[in-house]
Amino acid sequence: MNTRLKTAAYVGPGLGWLALFMIIPCGIIFVYSFFERGTYGGIDFIFSFDNFNRALDPIYLNILLTSGRIAGLTTLIALILAYPAAYAISCAPTRRQPVFLFMVMLPFWSNYLIRTYAWIVLLNREGLINNSLEGLGLISEPLPLLYNEFAIITGLVYNYLPFVILAIYASLSRLNPEIREASEDLGASSLTTFLRVTLPLTMPGIAAGSIFVFVLSIGNFITPDLLGGGRLMMVGNLIYDQFLSARDWPFGSALSLMLIGVMMMLLFTQAIAVNKSMGERV
Amino acid sequence: MKTPQKTIGMRLLGGHLWVVYTFLYIPILVLMGLSFNDIGMPTAWGGFSTKWYGVLLENDAVLNAAKNTLIVATVSTFLATLVGTMLAIGIESRGRKTSSALEALLFAPMIIPDIVLAIALLSFFTLLDFTLGLHSIILSHVVFNIAFVSAVVRTRLKNFDFSILEASIDLGASEFTTFRRVTLPVIFPGVLAGGLLAFTLSVDEFIIAFFTAGAGSSSTTLPMQIYSMIRFGVTPEINAMATIVMLVSFTLVFISQRINKGSSVS
Repeated sequence: MNTRLKTAAYVGPGLGWLALFMIIPCGIIFVYSFFERGTYGGIDFIFSFDNFNRALDPIYLNILLTSGRIAGLTTLIALILAYPAAYAISCAPTRRQPVFLFMVMLPFWSNYLIRTYAWIVLLNREGLINNSLEGLGLISEPLPLLYNEFAIITGLVYNYLPFVILAIYASLSRLNPEIREASEDLGASSLTTFLRVTLPLTMPGIAAGSIFVFVLSIGNFITPDLLGGGRLMMVGNLIYDQFLSARDWPFGSALSLMLIGVMMMLLFTQAIAVNKSMGERV
Repeated sequence: MKTPQKTIGMRLLGGHLWVVYTFLYIPILVLMGLSFNDIGMPTAWGGFSTKWYGVLLENDAVLNAAKNTLIVATVSTFLATLVGTMLAIGIESRGRKTSSALEALLFAPMIIPDIVLAIALLSFFTLLDFTLGLHSIILSHVVFNIAFVSAVVRTRLKNFDFSILEASIDLGASEFTTFRRVTLPVIFPGVLAGGLLAFTLSVDEFIIAFFTAGAGSSSTTLPMQIYSMIRFGVTPEINAMATIVMLVSFTLVFISQRINKGSSVS
């Protein structure tokens, strides 16, 4: 058989599936986002930029900014927690590193809803944390831990932390230890070596982890829904509402498109940054 | 003076790692512990009991949802493993660098926000007047599962010398024999690990299933059932269900790790 034909036969079904059930559906919401909502919740095929203008309306803009802030804070906290943890794993004996890493990743593979629900149990007014603190006599009134931004960020950090640790560990473990030794032999302190050598060289891992957490957080639906208790809305919840209660599919599509836009921009920036740093190294 | 300083630093790092482990495991362990609490609520310990597991197993809605989830996960895993493995072989056997557009296409299903893929698929199915049900969830789950399976199998094929396939054919073996005796043994651990990963992801997936399941409770999956139970309020049954679901996921991940590690030597 012709080699090209054979390759086509192998990749055809997979690429076809992605085209049919991902690219075309995304194309449909791209088109919908330029149309208007019909009177009875259908779609009026009138071309307009109304949906995008509407997204900049203070009510919706506020939701977009809140989502961005929550995703940004989540990313920052996850990085601060993940970097030293990944560093500690990379310093462990080589044979034990896979075990430490597996222990980090294990919770990540349990059901997302369940991991989020666990925080309802912990942060509740009568939850475990409030109960323990009251039991110890540290507080007299239960703290308002649930259904606010704090709860959402805690839930997001909890859910995505394993992945950030993995991404940073991946670039730490690729690091040649001799480079660090050379830096210290040349008289740099541990701190200088870390700041001027290790940190810059692990930027690809930091970037990959950050983008993953940021994108998944900003478009999240479950966490703000369950831990925000409907009091705090993020873009994901807004999109959900447009499709299931407001029946304004074009507006929901426009919001989704904006989310994809943010995602693509970040990935593109990362690709350029990685290419640039590769170029510098050669 | 450098060495003692370093050890203090290392100890702090090690301590931090254990704090992170505590943070990661406390919520899971609390749920598992509460599932055996007789009074079911986190307010007090009422003694050890397995009664919530009994209550759970008598809940028909839960059992039906579990059955639906098994159907969706099994069929979508089978399809995605087949198609994803072929895709990985096709891409890697070309022997040249994969274009960034293709890489992006294969990466997209892993990173696109679930809610976006969910509404896109709902729009697509609605436009085609496609009846929604378990089959539409399966078609949708295969999308992200293809990406994961092909990623796992591709790592396996990265250092594979495809010229040995030609050697096998030159020596008179058929295409099929070559695949069965040469290619398959090399990629099999990756295929199995990818398949288990796909199964786990499909069992856990909520939003896409929620949007593509259609109306009515006949195609409710387990995550959808869990979601409505959580929304309804904190009931002790959820703890029991959470414990079972987590143990199943952990077992699958554990097996998949063993398979992929055990034979990476060859």
